[in-house]
Amino acid sequence: MTVESEILPGVHPEKEVLLRNSFLYRTKVIPQGERIKLCIQCGTCTGSCPLSYAMDITPRKLIALFRAGDMESILRSKSIWICASCYTCQTRCPSLIKVTDILYALKRTAMEKKLFNKNIPTYALSYSFMKCIYKYGRLNEAQLILRFYLRTGLWKIINLIPLGIKLITKRRIKLTSEKIKAINDLRKIIKKAETFELPPEKEELAYIPEAVGYKAVS
Amino acid sequence: MKYAYYPGCSLHTVNNNYDKSCRAVFNALNCELVELEDWNCCGATIYMSIKEITALAVAARNLALAERIGYDIVTPCSSCYTILNKANKYLKSNNEVFDKVNLCLKEAGLSYNGTVRVRHPLDILVNDIGIEIIKLNVKIPLIGLRIANYYGCQIVRPEKGFDDRENPMSMENLFENIGAEDVYFPYKLRCCGGMLMTTYQSSSLNLTKEILECAQENGADCIATTCPLCQMNLEGYQNKINRIYSTTYKIPILFFTQILGVALGIDVGELGLEQNFYKCDKLESLYKVSLNHQK
Repeated sequence: MTVESEILPGVHPEKEVLLRNSFLYRTKVIPQGERIKLCIQCGTCTGSCPLSYAMDITPRKLIALFRAGDMESILRSKSIWICASCYTCQTRCPSLIKVTDILYALKRTAMEKKLFNKNIPTYALSYSFMKCIYKYGRLNEAQLILRFYLRTGLWKIINLIPLGIKLITKRRIKLTSEKIKAINDLRKIIKKAETFELPPEKEELAYIPEAVGYKAVS
Repeated sequence: MKYAYYPGCSLHTVNNNYDKSCRAVFNALNCELVELEDWNCCGATIYMSIKEITALAVAARNLALAERIGYDIVTPCSSCYTILNKANKYLKSNNEVFDKVNLCLKEAGLSYNGTVRVRHPLDILVNDIGIEIIKLNVKIPLIGLRIANYYGCQIVRPEKGFDDRENPMSMENLFENIGAEDVYFPYKLRCCGGMLMTTYQSSSLNLTKEILECAQENGADCIATTCPLCQMNLEGYQNKINRIYSTTYKIPILFFTQILGVALGIDVGELGLEQNFYKCDKLESLYKVSLNHQK
């Protein structure tokens, strides 16, 4: 190991700084997103989370790892994809940290930096969802499910047949999608918005105080 | 009172019984719902996890449409309710994002100034119309119906809305006042797993089972819910849960507007009750008794 690649106290390797910057840039959009710095590691988030038992890194640990300067482990974790957005952690956090919204920011960072396993089904679902909206402006569950299983393995759809039949007999499934009238307007909005989804500018990367571990907590 | 009604995608497809019952209840209480013309999907929690500005712009188009006609939005879907409220909050708290989103809306000849409020039907029933008025319109008091009131996560969270974030009481107050009984139901805000039912099913089935178990143990005749996704998860996967956990649940999962609709004397066909998977015998007998009474 060369001296340059060694981790020195208070200084992050270049890759870490890059990931941190990208993540912190996204937290800026969240109202009071900067409160992530005020975590007291009490564990209320993990204790409240109905799904923490299934996570590899629990919400409290995610914040601890962020402080310790290990963004890569966070972004590669399964946890951020398991969150069901029930907002219990965010409601109960005594430091008023927007935990659920922070998890969203982490998902977006992981996707931008391509630091996640393509097999994660949540990604396939999100992608299919986005396609549906771009095409029709509204969502049709049957179409979404079909697109999702086309990406993740069509044979799994067999499990859904009993439910599907029941829904059809109860007149609760429509196979054709409703398309909104102003679909072209919506597409214009989406296209324009996508130009704003830019990664942080290069100049910002030089030095940011938040990137320096515990110094960020005054 | 007039509101811009935003049904959301699932109310036009899988949960059209929620749509029907919601319109019928508001109609019976002389409150006009004008469907927002050419609304688009709010983007749900999923869009937000991929692209932020795009998700906000997609949601904001609906807000802009409502602002143009000058009504507040009322949406029965918990997810739409959270997302539209969230978009409102993000836009108001961050000028930079607000400007960006308005630039996007401009492409479609729209603009948004941040004046629209997003409301839930439960909020309007309890706080705008008022329980007293509802009581006056009740034709069939729900005597003896034991309800487990299930709010789901996203209607009172994350921001403080119209009810408490840990122990909301709107539905209990509403149904108790029209004769029903609420059962002890500590899981009223517990997550059902939401979209995880498609992605990480075993975790989601576990959560759903706990909710059903809690309602059954406390002797509920039915679960009243406010969220289309919760309804689908609790109802559509009961068979699967019974198979996996060797249980015998057959709990009717009704929308709160369906139960209220029966009390208001609305025809069950109009409420889409036959579209639910499990019949609520108690509710049906109340309805039949009143029919015989009329004859």
